[in-house]
Amino acid sequence: MNQEKLSTETEIVVRMSGVSKRFPGVLANDQVDFDLRKGEVHALLGENGAGKSTLMNVLAGMYRADGGTITVHDQLVDFGSPREAIEAGIGMVHQHFMLVPSQSVTENILLGLDEPRFRMHLPQYNRKIEQMAEQYGLHVDPAARIWQLTVGEQQRVEILKMLYRGADVLIMDEPTAVLAPSEIDELFNTLRSMTAQGKSIVFISHKLHEVMDISDRVTVLQKGAVTSSGVPTADVTRADLARMMVGREVVFRIDKKDVEIGDVVLSVEGLKADNEKGLPALRGVDLNVHAGEIVGLAGVAGNGQSELSETLAGLREALDGKVMVHGEDVTNKSVKSGIRQGISLVPADRTLVGTAPNLSVTDNVIMKNYDQSPIGHGWMVNSTEAGNYATELKDDYDIMVPTIDTSVRLLSGGNLQKVILAREISSDPKLMIAVQPTRGLDVGAIEGVQKLLLEQRESGAAILLISEELEELLSLSDRIYVIYEGEIMGEVLDGDIDKIGQMMTGTRLEQIDTQGDA
Amino acid sequence: MTDTDMKKSASRFKLPFSVKIEPRVDDPPKWFSPMLSVIAVVFALLIGALVIWLGGGEPWKAYAHIARYSFGSVGVLSDTMVKAIPLMLVGLACSLAFRMKLWNIGAEGQFYLGAFGASMIVLLPVLPEDAPKWLFIITMIISGMLFGALWGFIPGFLKAKYNVNEIISTLMMNYIAIEWNNYFIYAVWSEGGFQMSRMFQRNAWLPRFSDLGKTIPFFRGLTTHMGLLFAIIAAVILWWILAKSQWGYEIRLIGDNPRAAEYAGVSIKKNVVLVMMLSGALAGLAGMSEITGVVHRLQGAISPGYGYTGIIIAWLAKLNPLAVILVSILFGALILAGREVQPSGIPTLIQGVIIVALIASDYFLRNRVSITRRMEE
Amino acid sequence: MDFILIILASGVATGTVLLYATVGEAFSERSGILNLGVEGMMLIGAMTAYKVSAATNNPWLGLLVAMFAAGAISQVHAFITITLQSDQVVSGLALNFLAIGISLVLGEGLTSLRDVVPSLPSFSIPVLVQIPILGRIFFTNQSVMVYLGFIFVPLAWYYINRTRPGLHLRAVGEYPAAADTLGIGVYSLRYFYVFVGGLLAGLGGATISLSISPGWFGALTTAGQGWIAIGLVIFAQWNPVRAAFGAYTFGALRRLVLDIQGPATLLGFANPFFYNPHNAFFLKMIPFAFTIVVLVIGSREANRKRIGTPSALGLPYIRGQRGL
Repeated sequence: MNQEKLSTETEIVVRMSGVSKRFPGVLANDQVDFDLRKGEVHALLGENGAGKSTLMNVLAGMYRADGGTITVHDQLVDFGSPREAIEAGIGMVHQHFMLVPSQSVTENILLGLDEPRFRMHLPQYNRKIEQMAEQYGLHVDPAARIWQLTVGEQQRVEILKMLYRGADVLIMDEPTAVLAPSEIDELFNTLRSMTAQGKSIVFISHKLHEVMDISDRVTVLQKGAVTSSGVPTADVTRADLARMMVGREVVFRIDKKDVEIGDVVLSVEGLKADNEKGLPALRGVDLNVHAGEIVGLAGVAGNGQSELSETLAGLREALDGKVMVHGEDVTNKSVKSGIRQGISLVPADRTLVGTAPNLSVTDNVIMKNYDQSPIGHGWMVNSTEAGNYATELKDDYDIMVPTIDTSVRLLSGGNLQKVILAREISSDPKLMIAVQPTRGLDVGAIEGVQKLLLEQRESGAAILLISEELEELLSLSDRIYVIYEGEIMGEVLDGDIDKIGQMMTGTRLEQIDTQGDA
Repeated sequence: MTDTDMKKSASRFKLPFSVKIEPRVDDPPKWFSPMLSVIAVVFALLIGALVIWLGGGEPWKAYAHIARYSFGSVGVLSDTMVKAIPLMLVGLACSLAFRMKLWNIGAEGQFYLGAFGASMIVLLPVLPEDAPKWLFIITMIISGMLFGALWGFIPGFLKAKYNVNEIISTLMMNYIAIEWNNYFIYAVWSEGGFQMSRMFQRNAWLPRFSDLGKTIPFFRGLTTHMGLLFAIIAAVILWWILAKSQWGYEIRLIGDNPRAAEYAGVSIKKNVVLVMMLSGALAGLAGMSEITGVVHRLQGAISPGYGYTGIIIAWLAKLNPLAVILVSILFGALILAGREVQPSGIPTLIQGVIIVALIASDYFLRNRVSITRRMEE
Repeated sequence: MDFILIILASGVATGTVLLYATVGEAFSERSGILNLGVEGMMLIGAMTAYKVSAATNNPWLGLLVAMFAAGAISQVHAFITITLQSDQVVSGLALNFLAIGISLVLGEGLTSLRDVVPSLPSFSIPVLVQIPILGRIFFTNQSVMVYLGFIFVPLAWYYINRTRPGLHLRAVGEYPAAADTLGIGVYSLRYFYVFVGGLLAGLGGATISLSISPGWFGALTTAGQGWIAIGLVIFAQWNPVRAAFGAYTFGALRRLVLDIQGPATLLGFANPFFYNPHNAFFLKMIPFAFTIVVLVIGSREANRKRIGTPSALGLPYIRGQRGL
């Protein structure tokens, strides 16, 4: 490592050539070439499931490649573990932070290091980390425990953790997904200051405007293969990138038919609820959804969205306020009565909440109507009817599964979401609450899900779409509410991104308007 | 050889085949899981043989002995059934609770309370001494099941209300149940200072096959009692509940993913209490049938750990009520004839190895192991 | 007064058994592995200690072998839950059956050796013994194992909370994926701490058979103390100091139940347990009933305070899989 080269633009820090990675049934990376120069931000762009994270996980030592070579500083490497990658100067900041919530910032940063040998002299290390944080503009209190920090601060801890280990290559996996717009700006500033100090950054994203903003060069992956390798970002347009990413012309606006807006289906007034820790999560939410419209709820993750969806579905106790469905008070009614009322919920977590992994497809699709005729019959479940119903849904929604007796744990994410949507839609809901319905799906599956939601809207259902993907909200919704710390900051009718962005960080709509007037 | 040489030869040396383990991408065939259970039992018997051999015994003789003294004639087969009856009922009790991932380790205590509840009818007395037999049987069934259910209700309620770990609470309830019974044996119903109650009068006994001996000579001397009927009826009902009923669907749903069940509107708390109560009632019925069918009095040590063996049986039967009946007969034999095997801990040890092997074999249900020859790669 | 001091002193002795087992289980659970086989491992420890002492006439050797025997049997659970990723609850129960079976087989005939087998020494600590009250309770004619317990608790606490290996232990139980990416061997650490849990359970078992109530009485040797230890871990919130508090309290309770039958009068009243010894059956229920009460308290407290339970407790870790 002592061969200090001149920091020219062409110095290649990492070179991956012909890297392939296979998972059972999928070729995640197909002969991928990728190189990273010193001091640049190199964006790795692609849809969900295109193989971006897999490729970088190979570089970071999480997976071993099935083929191809990797060189770091012109040395051939073959990392068997993340630790080996870090020792070679490559650190990855994962999408889900790898931080131990009950431990302090310093403890998290020191985790797994050989220093200190036995006794932890925390104050001494706290100071050291404070200095380092200063150097890169990553402000965070070293003595604070992780669970006390905001998501943005936690991300800084992750970056610090890698820098402390001497990483000069930093892989950021979808770093903006959990951040509010202002936090994103701050992150970008940090990234720029790090490249100025000679670090190289891989920026994984599927958001075009961010890639255009921050990156020097961009490599595009589509279905595991490179469609564009290391072109300077300045030389391409957004439309070029979109085409390379999806493989065809992309329609940025989805065709939405005009639907006559009907009566109010859901109206929520002053709703309050606590989260698991007993802290207030909803502090008086007011909103309404009419028949035939999709109403979006925007917000940075963890601002009360999941608590809201749970409270509406009867899964969480409302401490105050009122939930009305079709004029009927359903506050704190049981989940079951909500189901009977025609409230359906597509939960954010498909495997943890939405399905029972070891039960069959049939058992999973009858979850909401096993006790209703014709499937429920007296005390019994009519297995013939249940089977017919499952077969019907399997055909209608094109669920790819060998038989309806297959355990759903064996289904892919897209098919699992189809099972859930089939179940939730086939009950002809009056109100549908969809939480992150497209998260983690590939392009085709996303389109399918969005189409199903639009069809529901056309058939007169009221849909509350809760999502962290602004683009999705903008393209699907008729109106958008923004939630921040358990309160609705305001409502946007025209899809004004700036306003939404400001509200996501806690500015009320009234305040924005007055500022605008002044 | 130098260091580098070693490395080279190590890399050059390759097994002629490679073993690949990967998660299953489809459900294993239906016969696969029972086959693993059989392998686990065979494996455990081999280990048991090894231990007996190490202890200076003759394993094959010991096993032949077990087989002869448990299945060798109609008479001993009947005795095996007598041992199997309580196992069937506690096995069912455990299967039901485990289906919901509710770890009821308290079948032993619920068994004792069931025995107490049944004895109470005779000893308190609840019914006059000369009440008709059918009335005795019905009242004792109800009382035994009620007390078992009560003993299941307490940990069930604590779990539902305070989220108290049911493994520990049901286990603690076992110890309490035994002391409870002891108090009554020593202090209240003691007969002539002995640590047992008086013998029940005959009209409080469950009918046995031998009762028919006068009319059908074949049944003469056969001790198998009516509890067998209870167990089979209970197994069929339980199978029906789990496989066909809405309640059974809820139980399976909660067992597989409680959060999904909650989201589908199924009340977990209510089902925790109900399932614990029914599970306790089944174990209580086991205690009742043992007292009124075999022992005919309340005394100490009425169970050689039936409640714990029930856990193994449930697991070996893969929580299938009908399979519980078959597996119980096997264990009945092990307990009956195992008493004569030396050292005396062998049956417990074999049970232990069976369940350890069984749990370990679950791995093959989730993963596919394939052995391929290098040439083919 | 004297009576109370005697109970408290022997309670500390009895509680020492629970103390080792509880802290051992706390180590295992801190690393993310729930091991319900404590009772069985203690029994292995008690049996081995007694058997080896009888054979070699050296109780210290017995103690050492007992620890490693219990540690070895714990690795069955480790293999099934860590490598084979099977259910920890069922595997722990299975371990119990296996360990109890082995203990009974190998312990055959040991019961008759009573009074022949040497025990571990008991003595008073000079100077400290003169402290009023506390000297009588903690430092008068106690087993060497009791004194080792006094030293062990703060060390265990310090190890978990103030050292690098302790930091790694906590990380592995809270967020194994995070630990794994930083090069901490999740699997090997979990194996190790399950082993530590086994060692300490074995130590607890050996403490019974060589010191607190010497002898081998089959499954009655431990008489459910392993299960009480598991209950105590929840109460102790995985903290050795709280574990010690709980263990000594329980020890005192167990002694109280036995000793209260002795005097003819209690606080000036006729002692109901003296005049009708049958009432003692209700007394014997108390430690078990109290365990349940402690669990209720522990669960409520754990609900209120988020900290405590290691987040990954009971979950297998599979590299590359989502989640904790």
